[in-house]
Amino acid sequence: MGKKTPLYDMHVAMDGKIVDFSGWDMPLHYGSQIEEHHAVRRSAGMFDVSHMTIVDLEGEKVRGFLRYLLANNVDRLKQSGKALYTCMLNERGGVIDDLIVYFMHEKWFRLVVNAATHDKDLAWLEHQVRAFQVHVTERQDLAMIAVQGPQARDAVHTVLGTAVKDALATLSPFNSRQIRDIFIARTGYTGEDGYEIILPADQAAKFWQGLHAAGVKPIGLGARDTLRLEAGMNLYGADMDENISPLECGLDWTVAWEPATRDFIGRTALETQRKNGVKHKLVGLILNDKGVLRNHQHVIIEGRVCGEITSGSFSPTLGHAIAFARVSTEGIAANAASIYNGGCEIDMRGRLVAATVVKPPFVRHGKSCLEPKN
Amino acid sequence: MSTASLRPGVPNELKYTRTHEWAQLMDDGTLRIGITAHAQDLLGDMVFVELPAIGRHVAAAQECAVVESVKAASDIYSPVAGEVIAVNEALTSNPELVNKDPYGEGWLMRLKPSNGSADLNGLLTAAAYAEMIAAEAH
Repeated sequence: MGKKTPLYDMHVAMDGKIVDFSGWDMPLHYGSQIEEHHAVRRSAGMFDVSHMTIVDLEGEKVRGFLRYLLANNVDRLKQSGKALYTCMLNERGGVIDDLIVYFMHEKWFRLVVNAATHDKDLAWLEHQVRAFQVHVTERQDLAMIAVQGPQARDAVHTVLGTAVKDALATLSPFNSRQIRDIFIARTGYTGEDGYEIILPADQAAKFWQGLHAAGVKPIGLGARDTLRLEAGMNLYGADMDENISPLECGLDWTVAWEPATRDFIGRTALETQRKNGVKHKLVGLILNDKGVLRNHQHVIIEGRVCGEITSGSFSPTLGHAIAFARVSTEGIAANAASIYNGGCEIDMRGRLVAATVVKPPFVRHGKSCLEPKN
Repeated sequence: MSTASLRPGVPNELKYTRTHEWAQLMDDGTLRIGITAHAQDLLGDMVFVELPAIGRHVAAAQECAVVESVKAASDIYSPVAGEVIAVNEALTSNPELVNKDPYGEGWLMRLKPSNGSADLNGLLTAAAYAEMIAAEAH
């Protein structure tokens, strides 16, 4: 028996197929993960993400602490409510976790980190925070529901009422607002518009039912994975881990190099990598033939194994398989002309199948990002 | 077809394999082959189905097709020896039929068995198959 979120009974009542996810009993799907995927791309879906870890950091020196702790720079957060995606690195520049940090006010920042990394993240925070007068509080009293899709925001406004709708009218992407005891952020992990909502655990079931009555479909972890992959978003533990730096997994853009005087954990290691060049990079792959790309399948360029798939699946929106692969930069550079024209192959169960290297994302706002090239 | 059964998802009139295929003896002596409701449930949404060429001769327990779901690619083994005389072309564009109706519209192929209906006796009855999957769950 695993841990249960405040919405566990809802999942069972809605025929969710319950699986273990990092010690949590979570819904994989509620019948068909492909139909759930389409619901998010075409209308609206809701995800129970209460298994994710919410950590509040409070104190006089909280900004200074985060400036040191995170590879992206929290000084980019100037207005209350603003959110930032970032990696938390070890001294070797490896990714301990990826997370979103929300600027609540000058003495209070909120982190949302992964469920699978809960123990080591908290241990790392507790260890690093010692030199700062900052309180670390895990918010187990809160639940979290993501509502995503072109009709997601309207559905949330319907459920929460006119006053909330007016308050959210001016909320731009990657911003959040606390309204009474509900925290609403315009963030997500699907490539669609929508909200991630943090609320008291005892209100979660009623809110979930309200969304369902407003036409929002429950979405399991299966579709969550294909949606994020199509959207070109990394999954911790698959596309990066403690031995992979942000420069090797397509997250260069999340590293704030300026100002050069900002010391953050992992900076020295990253600068060395940046100077000498990285050995690997993350690329997108598409397969136009039948079959599904799977994690750990080998990527072959000019007859040589040059890397492996880190996240492979079937793209319901595109109707064929897509993947992220970690490949050697050398292999790419030497064969740049051919690989961008389909000249790489994937070892699929002993059979070599041609694939094309592309730059993620694959899908945004319900539409393919690849069409101009085809 | 009727799927009335004392065992949900395991029709009485079919024979089964340990690898989760079913075989149905048709009036003309040929067999219809598919995968069980339990198998499709384990695999999740189907996205591709690769079927054998018509006229191919397959041995019992030989790989003869591949069903690929969001979760995994899975080989399909022929329940008995025989010749492939038809495949379910509808699965090429609608692989989800295997999920929606595994014993009906989601059938995979028709076989002309090499030894008539005799080899069916070597397969599992509905009761035995139901018992097997119940044991797997524990």
